[in-house]
Formats: sequence, structure tokens, C-alpha cells
Amino acid sequence: MASHAQPVTDSTTTRPVQFKIWRGDASGGAFEQYTARVTGGMVVLDCIHQVQAEQVPDLACRWNCKAGKCGSCSAEINGKPALMCMTRMDTLPTDQPVTVEPLRAFPSIRDLVTDVSWNYEVKKKITPFTPRKPDRPDGTWTMYQEDIERTQEFRKCIECFLCQDVCHVLRDHHKHDEFIGPRFLVNIAALEMHPLDVADRIADLKDRDGIGYCNIGKCCTKVCPESITITDNAIIPLKERVVDEFYDPITRLLRIFRSK
Amino acid sequence: MSIPEAIVHEHDVIVIGAGGAGLRAAIEASATGAKVAVICKSLLGKAHTVMAEGGMAAAMGHVDDRDNWEVHFADTMRGGGYLNNWVMAEHHAKEAPDRVRELEAWGAVFDRTKDGRILQRHFGGHRYQRLAHVGDRTGLEMIRTLQDHGIHQGLDVYMEMTVIALLRSGGRIAGVLGYDRERGRLRVWRAGAVILATGGIGKAYRITSNSWEYTGDGQSLAYEAGAEIMDMEFIQFHPTGMVWPPSVRGLLVTEGVRGEGGALRNSEGRRFMWDDIPEAYKNQVAADEEEAWRYVCGDKNAQRPPELLTRDHVARCINREVKAGRGSPHGGVFLDIAWIKSRVPNGEEYIKKKLPSMYHQFMQLAGVDITREAMEVGPTTHYCMGGVRVDGDTQMSSVPGLFAAGEVAAGLHGANRLGGNSLSDLVVFGRRAGESAARWAKEHGAAPVDNAQVESETARALAPFDRLNGENPYAIQSDLQNVMQRLVGMVRVQSELEEALGHIASLRARAANCGVVGHREYNPGWHTAIDLRNLLLVSEMITKSALLRPESRGGHFREDFPLRSEECTGFNLVASRADDGSMNIQRRQRPPIRADLQAIIERMK
Ligand SMILES: Cc1cc2nc3c(=O)[nH]c(=O)nc-3n(C[C@H](O)[C@H](O)[C@H](O)COP(=O)(O)OP(=O)(O)OC[C@H]3O[C@@H](n4cnc5c(N)ncnc54)[C@H](O)[C@@H]3O)c2cc1C
Ligand code: SF4
Ligand code: SF4
Ligand code: FES
Repeated sequence: MASHAQPVTDSTTTRPVQFKIWRGDASGGAFEQYTARVTGGMVVLDCIHQVQAEQVPDLACRWNCKAGKCGSCSAEINGKPALMCMTRMDTLPTDQPVTVEPLRAFPSIRDLVTDVSWNYEVKKKITPFTPRKPDRPDGTWTMYQEDIERTQEFRKCIECFLCQDVCHVLRDHHKHDEFIGPRFLVNIAALEMHPLDVADRIADLKDRDGIGYCNIGKCCTKVCPESITITDNAIIPLKERVVDEFYDPITRLLRIFRSK
Repeated sequence: MSIPEAIVHEHDVIVIGAGGAGLRAAIEASATGAKVAVICKSLLGKAHTVMAEGGMAAAMGHVDDRDNWEVHFADTMRGGGYLNNWVMAEHHAKEAPDRVRELEAWGAVFDRTKDGRILQRHFGGHRYQRLAHVGDRTGLEMIRTLQDHGIHQGLDVYMEMTVIALLRSGGRIAGVLGYDRERGRLRVWRAGAVILATGGIGKAYRITSNSWEYTGDGQSLAYEAGAEIMDMEFIQFHPTGMVWPPSVRGLLVTEGVRGEGGALRNSEGRRFMWDDIPEAYKNQVAADEEEAWRYVCGDKNAQRPPELLTRDHVARCINREVKAGRGSPHGGVFLDIAWIKSRVPNGEEYIKKKLPSMYHQFMQLAGVDITREAMEVGPTTHYCMGGVRVDGDTQMSSVPGLFAAGEVAAGLHGANRLGGNSLSDLVVFGRRAGESAARWAKEHGAAPVDNAQVESETARALAPFDRLNGENPYAIQSDLQNVMQRLVGMVRVQSELEEALGHIASLRARAANCGVVGHREYNPGWHTAIDLRNLLLVSEMITKSALLRPESRGGHFREDFPLRSEECTGFNLVASRADDGSMNIQRRQRPPIRADLQAIIERMK
């Protein structure tokens, strides 16, 4: 049998590229230097895998789909949050080493793997989808394509948490206890703008979820690999709903009546 | 109970796997009041199901009111070369519409028809427009809906943990043993019943659409626990994977492209799929391009384009073109969706709207704009039709208390799966498995765990750490992938299958001597070493079964027996472990199909 123990490479165009990969765990770590053989079309994740398979088998990273669909392989590449599987090597300058490090807004587990469990806890607290009564006797509803377009944009989210990583409220100010972050504002927008949903999450948004912390700087929108317009389409409309419900005098009166 | 170093958890039902099948099973089991745990190798929401693109098959008849469960049943049986478990094919066809509606009630937002109902699209082998979908990200919609519904059902989810053995007590199941990635600690989950929902085996091959998770764990765990594994010779090679650049070779290009009118062409520009139409489908293929396009547009009097024949056939035709020297520059053929711009107004936007992730995937990874240029595609290892042999009503395996659902289970798809029949399979049989496992656990209670088994499995798992100078497990995995790709791929022949068995035996010897460096915390080298034994086991099952089926059918093509054999319609191949530890493969006679179901098949021929 011909032995192809090496990953598939096109030998004609191979060139060496230097990498600085962060290695360590919760107790600390440092960048270490590796060299990968890069050919046309390769992405950063391919290089990490090559280094792992041939040089350091215990290099920890997450991935699944290798096609930008699962949101597992988030990292900071040359300081910029991105999916490793969708970042092509030929888009990066190679006159200096490519740095790859884990998401910094969350605690480190090992190497490129971070502890993102906080996100799963946040989601559990969000009031789940609550549909109105079915429209038809067979238990189904009528919804038109134009009614669902808004929620469909938010439902594209692959939970890569890149937006969480880049948001200064979490990253720099560590408000994890008071602010749910852009991902979950998108999540709430998807529910609030779901044509069938009848639950009300506005009071939670204002108090528990801390939507007021967001100053609409749009960093989250810029990194979203699914091109969800997080700020304009999700956060701003939610902020408006909060204002309508809590600061608009008439709605506030109605609310006081309702709660009686 | 004193179990050396392991952490112990107690539940009524353990579900291994958090894809569509596992989550649906867990939701059902916990709805009966059972205490349920879900264990999965990746984070929640990242299982393979998230990658599914094209849609979920269910005969709802929203777009074409001629559709009903009988047509879906007949399509599934025809597509599966009549080796399907017909009990499962019947349940699936009847129950899939309710499972789609249930997802909508839990928050899923499918694309809509003009009159506000769930839209359905064309797919290969389905007679009518049948696939409920969300653009080309249907799996994401399914997994997110189940995940978000499930977390409010009181499930305990153990993420990034891998099960390495099923624990038995007497003849039945008693729990599972696994490790957590984060710390590398061993854990025992005791349970009344266990549901396998671990998916497929694609990582046994070099070119695959599957992720690192698909190392045949469920098939191997079940086999080692004494269960029967069926139909492993039937591997689906999806006709359209990416072929260029090399680093994305194998990534899936959804059949939805062809469902929307995508044409397969060779280097001469010819739509070569018209050159070979199988007998069973000769009344179902359009006469020319005009009729094919009318079909795509929903004309009920038109027949389908030949690109929408079953996957096994399309993959072989592509192979033929490439071998005949009529392939694309990088060893595939051309898949052209851009041509529909001449038929639909605002075609560029239309393509982006219908196939957004494909547009994105080719633009970003290959620098190809699919609204202008043709894609280069070729076959990629995609799906395992075989798996754990289960009862068609309850999903219980031949080991009492052990259930299986989703891709890891065999039966529904026979020799070849129709596109879209997996997502519906997951929820139809996930639900059934969850219900029956909870009932079984309630009736039979817990059983004692055998400490000796825990100890010996723990020792086996940790052994690679003692072999400091052992071989790198990645190198062994890579060599195995090359063997399977080259010798047990789409086209098989006795001598090569025998050669493959020799390689597998020597790879197993090498695996027994592989070593890992570093410590137990999040160490992928160690994880790969453990996965290897599963990959080797399923590779052996596939190869041996392929040797013992002297015919060609569905996902199994033998160059030395290129035709379907009537005699071989009568049996499925079943693998099990013999008393001496060797692998035993036997022909299992198929029970005669119920007369009313046979009548449906005849009627739809
Ligand atoms: C790219 C792509 C596109 C597809 N498109 C479609 C489509 O359009 N329509 C369709 O019907 N089908 C499609 N399929 C097929 C379909 O997606 C899969 O067959 C299906 O999702 C499998 O679901 P599952 O629940 O059986 O397993 P998965 O979703 O793969 O889940 C398996 C789970 O088991 C866990 N697991 C595995 N081993 C262990 C272990 N040892 N210990 C603990 N946990 C373990 C994994 O972590 C994971 O959570 C597609 C497949 C691919 C790859
Ligand atoms: S716009 Fe708001 S949510 Fe987004 S990064 Fe800025 S502060 Fe965070
Ligand atoms: S909103 Fe975008 S960036 Fe944020 S988690 Fe979802 S996909 Fe990622
Ligand atoms: S591996 Fe799935 S998004 Fe990168």
C-alpha cells in the first residue's frame, strides 16, 4: 500500500508558514512557535490539525463541521475573533507568524479550548418559545414567508460565541452576571419576533438581562460569521420595546393596571 | 459501591448522543417522568445533525396533494433496494408528518408555501416535492429547536464526555463507562436503559463529509456488548462533495442544488446523467431538459431530471465519467446551478436565497461564485445505512435494555438512504426509542454494575499513556483511512477486500502499541487512540460484510458481481461477536413482507 500518512497536500505550491499558538490552561500559558506546510486553499484549522497530527498530538482545539456550520472552532486569529475553518491562509499576511489563541472572554480550559458553559446557563433562563393556540384543527398554524423573515435571520445563529467574545461588556468589564451578551439578545429577538410566540420577555430584558449595558458599538455585528445584523435588527428593536413598555407613560400606566 | 477512581451518576435512562435522534429520544423519555441523562462528545448543538442541509422528508402533501404515506413508503423501499425493515419504513412514512408539525409547535420556522404552510422541495428518489426545509440549513433548525425545547425538560446534559464501554449485568444493560475531556476523569453512569444515538462511521474513510465524531462508536460499543450489527456493507457515497481545494475535499454540496435545478455536466458540457437510466426508474425520468425544468418548477405532469435519481446511481455515473477521462480539472465533474439564471428572473438573488450556505461555502473556501460558475464535485463518504439491528417497533437491540435510534441504527434505509429520510428518521425513531426505553427501565429497574468490567475497561483506556514510545495514533488513523478509501470504497472487488482485511489486521496490531504524550486533560491524541479501536472494528465489519454479499445493490457495488441478484434480496448480513472473540457474519433470512405493504409497492412500481 502506498503510504499517505501525511494529510493531502499539493506539493507543487507548498510553503512553510510560522505559527504562534497559545498553549496552556487556567493556570496560565504562553505562545509557542510551530511551522506548518501550507498549500493553496488551506484554512487556519487545517494548519492546526497538521501541527496536531505531526508535531504535538495533545494540542487541544474544538471543531466539527469544517464548513462554518457548527460554530465550534472559534478562536482569535492575529488578535481577531474568527472561525478557524473559514479563515483562509491566503487572506493572512505571512511575513510574520500567524497567532492563534483562544477566546479571551471566557475562562481557559486548555490551549485553544475555553469554558463556554456560562452561555448554556444563560440560555436556560430565557423564557422558552410559547406559541399561540393553533390556527387549524390539525394543530398547525398559518405563517407567510414575509412574516418569518425577521426571525429566520436570527435563527441562523450557529452559537460560535464570537460576538460574546468581542463585546466589551463581557470581555473587558466582566459583567457576566448582569448582561447576557449579543448572542442571547439575538436569541430573545428570534423569540420575540417569532410570529407565533406570545410570551413577554421585555421586563427580563431590562432588568435581569441587562440590555441597557449595550452601547450599540456594533463590534458584535462585525464579527458574526453568519452576517446577522445583531445591533440594527435585533438589539435596537428590543431596546425600543423596552422603552415603549417601561418609559412610555401610557404603556407604563397600562402595565400598572395590568399588574393589579 | 467502590469503583476505582470513577465518578458515579445514577439515572433511569442514558442517551448517548445529542444529535436529532438523541435529543428527541431524551425529550420523550423525560416526558414519561424518567430521570434522563444525555452524554455527548461535543458541546450541545454541535452534533452532526447541525450540518444537515437540504431538508426533512415527510409526506405532508402541501405542495403536491398526490403525496401520502404510501407513496413515501414505496419510494423508501425502492430506494433501499427492498432490503429495508418494512415495519420501520411503514412507521417512518406514517409518522414523519406529525414529527415535522411537532417541531413547528416547538418553535422551528420552516420556509413557507404561498398559502402559509410548510414548504416542501424536491430531492432524489422522492416522487413528489416532500422535503420540509429552511433554506439549506435545515439541520441547524432541527437541532436548535430540540436543544432549546429539551433544556427545559429537566434533562441532565453531560457535554464533552465520551462513552467507552457499555456495562452489562447478566444478559442486560446496567450502565455506561466514559471519560470527560476536560479533566480526563473516568465516570460511570448507572441506568435501567441505554439509548445509542451516536451517528455514523465516516472517519473510517479519507474523503468524507463527516466530522471527527464519526468514528463508529455506537456500532462498536453495541457489538462489544454482544448486540447484532446489520447491513454494514451499505455505505452511502454522496455524489456531490467538494473536490477542490484539497483541504476541503469531501465537504458536502447539498442535493438541494440539484433539487433547485442544478445540472451535472462532464468536460464536454454534456448532461451525462441521461446516458444511463436504471430499469426501476425508467418511467420516472424526464425525456429532455425542457421537461426536467418543468418538473423543477412543480409541473405535476413532468418527470424528474436524471440528476435526481438515487445517490448510489448518481455517484457511480460520476465515477464513470471521471474514469473515462471526461472529468473536471481536479478529478470531479461539473455541477451547474448558474444556468438557471436563463430561466428565473433575478436568478442571482434567487440562487443566493435558496442556497445561502452553498453560496457562502464556495465563495469563501474555493473562491467560486456559484451564481456564475459551475462547481467541481465528486463522491464523498457520507452515511452508514447499516448499524445496530433493532426491533422495528421499539428500537430495542438484541441486548435487553439497549436501544438505538438515528444513523447508528440499521433497518429503515436498507441498501441506500434517500436524501431527507435521515432527519425524519431521527425524530420518528428517536421518539419511539425514548418511549420504549423509559418503559423498559421502569419495568426492569436498575441492575448492579460489574466492578471488574469497569476496572478492565479503565485499564484498557489508560494503557496508551504507559507506552511513551508508542506510535502516534494519528498516523495509524490516517493509514486506515487510506486503506478503506482505496480498497473498500465505492467500487469493490474480492481481491481488494481481502487485501484490506490483511491491512486492518496489521493496523490493529499497530494500534495495540500506540502511545500518547502529555496528560489526561483535553488531550486529543489520547482521544484518537481510543477512537481507533472503534474505527478498526467498523472497518472490519464493512469489509467482511462487503465480501459476503456477491451482488451490487444500493451503496454496495461489486465489480466482480455488477448486477443485483434475486437470491440476495432474501437476506441481510448480521455481524456479531463469536464466543472466541472473532467476528461472525451471517446471512439472516428476511421475514416475508406483509401482503398489504407488498401491494402498495406493486401499485407504485
Ligand atoms: C453535511 C451533511 C449534510 C446532511 N444533510 C442531510 C439532509 O439534508 N437531510 C437528511 O435527512 N440528512 C442529512 N444528512 C444526514 C444526517 O444529518 C445525519 O445522518 C443525522 O444528522 C445523524 O443524526 P444522529 O442523531 O443519528 O447523530 P448525530 O447528529 O451525528 O449525533 C451523534 C451524537 O452522538 C455523540 N456521540 C458519538 N459517539 C459518542 C460517544 N462514544 N460518547 C458520547 N457521545 C457520543 C456525538 O457527540 C453526537 O452528539 C447530512 C449529513 C451531513 C454530514
Ligand atoms: S453592540 Fe452592544 S452587544 Fe454588541 S458588542 Fe457592542 S456593546 Fe456588546
Ligand atoms: S450571533 Fe453571530 S457571532 Fe454571535 S453566536 Fe450567533 S453566529 Fe456567532
Ligand atoms: S468547525 Fe464548524 S464552524 Fe468551524
